[in-house]
Amino acid sequence: MSKERIQIAEELFDIMPAEYQDLVKRATYGNEQRGWKDIGNAKELIEEHSLCAGCPESMAFRYILASLPNPEDTVMVGSTGCTSLVFPHVAVHNIHSLFGNQNAIASGLKRALTVRFPDRHKDVVVLAGDGATVDIGLDMTLQAWFRQEKFTTICFDNELYANTGGQESGLMQKGFVAKMAPVGKTFEKVRLPEIARESGCHYVVNCTVSKPNLIEKVIKNAVHIAREIGPTYLQLYTPCILEIGKNSMEGLQEMRDSEKPTERFAYKEYVSEPAKELLAELAAKEKERKAEAKRQLAGQSA
Amino acid sequence: MTTSYRVMPGPEHFLPPSAASMGIRLPDPGQGSIHGTIVTEEEAMEQAARQLLSAKVPTIFPGPLVLWAWNEKAAKKAKAIRYLYETIKESVDSSQHAMLIPMPDYRPKYPKINPEIEINPNHPNLTIWHNKIDACIFVGVHCHQANLSLKIIRGGTNCYTIAMCAQAGHEDAMLSIRDTTADKLIRLAEWVKKLKGSVPPPV
Repeated sequence: MSKERIQIAEELFDIMPAEYQDLVKRATYGNEQRGWKDIGNAKELIEEHSLCAGCPESMAFRYILASLPNPEDTVMVGSTGCTSLVFPHVAVHNIHSLFGNQNAIASGLKRALTVRFPDRHKDVVVLAGDGATVDIGLDMTLQAWFRQEKFTTICFDNELYANTGGQESGLMQKGFVAKMAPVGKTFEKVRLPEIARESGCHYVVNCTVSKPNLIEKVIKNAVHIAREIGPTYLQLYTPCILEIGKNSMEGLQEMRDSEKPTERFAYKEYVSEPAKELLAELAAKEKERKAEAKRQLAGQSA
Repeated sequence: MTTSYRVMPGPEHFLPPSAASMGIRLPDPGQGSIHGTIVTEEEAMEQAARQLLSAKVPTIFPGPLVLWAWNEKAAKKAKAIRYLYETIKESVDSSQHAMLIPMPDYRPKYPKINPEIEINPNHPNLTIWHNKIDACIFVGVHCHQANLSLKIIRGGTNCYTIAMCAQAGHEDAMLSIRDTTADKLIRLAEWVKKLKGSVPPPV
């Protein structure tokens, strides 16, 4: 499916900029096995970005867009922040919400899509920074979870308001001194993953984006669980290298340092019982698919 | 409401008023508009052909509604647009340079667009300035984006704008033809053929 819906008119194909021709010819829309390993082999759904050189958020965007299971039928909802600079370059439907409103918009959107397309999976994925998710939009974030809205919320946690010069955010770690928060944070980092679990999320992960295969796994799990069961939440550490005084090439190491077992982004996962059953079911299907592919391959070579 | 305001090639000024706010109204079915004056559709077709033939760089800007073959009508229009472009190219003098530049996307493109290969509704003047386009056709561009672009073009360039609109036309275009179908695009091409040689090329 999917690729048939996005054909360029034959007569005007030659005048289309190369990136659009590539999207039609070489993107992975409709490929159920798509994942981060397509990066470099297929056309990515992000053309370029206007983030700072070496920004871990750009890595996160690339891995997430490569891992969405159903990009042609996915709508992403963004909010104010660095992420909103990237969405214009993304070949997935997206909506920019008012600062903090992202989960309210996504709720209405998901319900409308379910009514309008009852026979098709339409995934909604919220992607916003920590300011939008935890400070300004906390009400909308929590209410969507309480209502068991079936979409995924991803928070790019850079632990401050990077886009506006480094103000303190709820997810900033205690004691951290930022350019616009010279006194230092006086209270603990808000424990949103735990709040998410208590608020009814069926799948919660707290990690960094240093490992693309891990990001692929958690994105696919989160989207599938949200589609079938209920809200899911991913909190991904995407440090702002400028605001924490690092250089362009130090983002990856910063994430690796922050995911050590005793650190604040050590991998943490919560899966509800119904979600566990679904994941087991999906794993069994995947195993069967691989076995079938193997059988077919053996049949061909015999 | 009557108005003395005329929708003329600019540069009008940095923030030109919307033509609708100055009393310009849209044509009814079967009509067109030239500089805000209601005329018959045939008159508008003839004038559009004359503008294209007398421009140094007559250009067609097809938008997403025709660039993507999302239904049969769109595919048919794309074919007609290509025919119109080829007709203009064959009909103009060697000193003139016909162009076909797509508007594939409405998203603002940063840090820059390539004005040689595309036009963006948020800064259409860049493509027009870069290619020295002095007459253009908008076709297959959603109304709100066309309105935005046409006003920016009128504000900052001297380009003559022609709207081949699938709906009711555009007040901010210098020339508007409404209810555009593939057949109407071909009719415009026929007008270009008919007037070929009778319109002096630009000096």
